[in-house]
Amino acid sequence: MIKVLIPYALRAFTERNAEAEVNGSTAGEAIQALADTYPAIKAHLFAEDGQLRGFINVFAGGVNVDKQQGLDTPIADGGELMIIPAIAGGSDAPELTNEEIARYSRHLLLPEIGVEGQKKLKAAKVLIIGTGGLGAPLALYLSAAGVGTIGLVDFDVVDASNLQRQIIHSTRDVDRPKVASARDRMRGINPLVNVVMHNAMLTSENALDIIAEYDIVADGTDNFQTRYLVNDACVFLGKPNVYGSVFQFEGQASVFGAKDGPCYRCLYPSPPPPGLVPSCAEGGVMGVLPGIIGTIQAAEVIKMIVGNAKPLVGRLLHFDAWRMSFRELKLDKEPNCPVCGANPTIRELIDYEQFCGLKKNKEEEPIETITAVDLKQRLDSGERIQFIDIREPHERAIVKFPNALVMPLGQISRRMEELDPSAVAVFLCKIGQRSILGIKALREAGYKGKMLNLQDGLNAWARDVDRSMPIY
Amino acid sequence: MLYLLPECESVIRDEGQKAYPNECCGVLMGLIESETKIVKQTQAIHNAQKDSEQYHRFLITPEDMLAAEQSARKLGLDVIGFYHSHPDCPAAPSDYDRDHALPFYSYIIVSVEKGVAKELTSWELAIDRSVFLPEKISKEVQ
Repeated sequence: MIKVLIPYALRAFTERNAEAEVNGSTAGEAIQALADTYPAIKAHLFAEDGQLRGFINVFAGGVNVDKQQGLDTPIADGGELMIIPAIAGGSDAPELTNEEIARYSRHLLLPEIGVEGQKKLKAAKVLIIGTGGLGAPLALYLSAAGVGTIGLVDFDVVDASNLQRQIIHSTRDVDRPKVASARDRMRGINPLVNVVMHNAMLTSENALDIIAEYDIVADGTDNFQTRYLVNDACVFLGKPNVYGSVFQFEGQASVFGAKDGPCYRCLYPSPPPPGLVPSCAEGGVMGVLPGIIGTIQAAEVIKMIVGNAKPLVGRLLHFDAWRMSFRELKLDKEPNCPVCGANPTIRELIDYEQFCGLKKNKEEEPIETITAVDLKQRLDSGERIQFIDIREPHERAIVKFPNALVMPLGQISRRMEELDPSAVAVFLCKIGQRSILGIKALREAGYKGKMLNLQDGLNAWARDVDRSMPIY
Repeated sequence: MLYLLPECESVIRDEGQKAYPNECCGVLMGLIESETKIVKQTQAIHNAQKDSEQYHRFLITPEDMLAAEQSARKLGLDVIGFYHSHPDCPAAPSDYDRDHALPFYSYIIVSVEKGVAKELTSWELAIDRSVFLPEKISKEVQ
């Protein structure tokens, strides 16, 4: 005889007996004999195909028969068997409605995604930082894919110069907040998505609170201080950071902050000096490029949510649209990374403007600026003013400034003699950033004359003084 | 009907808060008297689900279950049910819970919203496995 110990839940089928004596020489025979004695127990032990249910385990001599010879495990006369259910459970994403099944059919047909994956997408909360070139395709595709909650962070309003690439915004949206314009378009694509607007600049003060509400972050920012802020906040909160960046014809994408993966600081421990890498507003960007990189980010976000895919963790994808080539670089986690390394030296959010060198150094002589309106007044009063246009030839082809000395940045120091130190010199560029570099270069070269920077550049002149001039 | 002592209830709530944002799990040990289950003791069990799934899944391995059964029997008690938490989800059983349950056990679910234990409910699987039925919880043994 073999003694079978019956768990509480099955005793209703064994006339409340906690033990049963049955005949047999193997575990399988004993269980079968139990089922013959108490037929009602059968449905709970065996599935329709006659196999033991997956969560029913049989222990012989304290060891699961799965680790012995299965149901063929021999049991000696007087031996003891225990029936042990494995207990599992958990919360589930809500079921898909018929409307959702119709909408997401092409995802449901992929076994890698399927109903389970689509339910995960529905339950997921993704934060998109920036609704510009990268944020546009991210927001469009993640809405279409049925990500349940999508947060948008942006403080900016839509500008005409955005429409060349930020395809979530329309011509009629110019001057509207970007988050509102993006939300309307996302609702049009998929009204089932909950869009949360954060119409604010992401700062060290609010970043942790905002990001904590989400599962995954997609970084579509266009500047270094926000990129480091997003990276550090994601590492501190343990959230994956799906990164993308674009400049002119080249883009990068990776997934930072994933478990055991590197972070942005492992790749770039510190930012480049300010001004060295121009922004897209100064250097330009092929409009399609953020569409490609942002779409890659969207694919990575979806893969991270669904799971079991091979994400861009520990890999940096580099794309060159002009040559039309992709390259992949291996990224290792940096053991001495100040944020995600073994002994981090940065444990809370810092002042990222200072970190990126954007705060004025007190020791350094300040750059004097002049507004477009003041400049016009001084010019009208007959003052002799030299204008130095530091822009490149292809930019001057967009709009010229009359009577300006043309000195691209690279030539400025060696052509110092062309300037007259007795008259004030006003430096011009598109938005008044690169012109600062021109003034600094001349100062270093020993130029003694008075130099002024046109605040906000020629775009300010076009906006405030000469309305016939285009803004670009 | 399930009698749940206040100290047992607060242990379950604490476990749910400690495990947040993951799910906690454990067994209910007790006795049955007439038609009433009495929870005398709870025992937390390691969630054996892989890390990435713990936010919405728990798993008690057969080995842990065996150990729980044995320690219950030593105390003259039985494993009469289980508890687990639903982080940021209602305290209602999921289809996944139903597929992995047995009748007669009590399944206590505590909802943990943003790290704070809220609603606590108990459920029993119908004998035909078709549905989870709510089970009334009483906090005093009569």
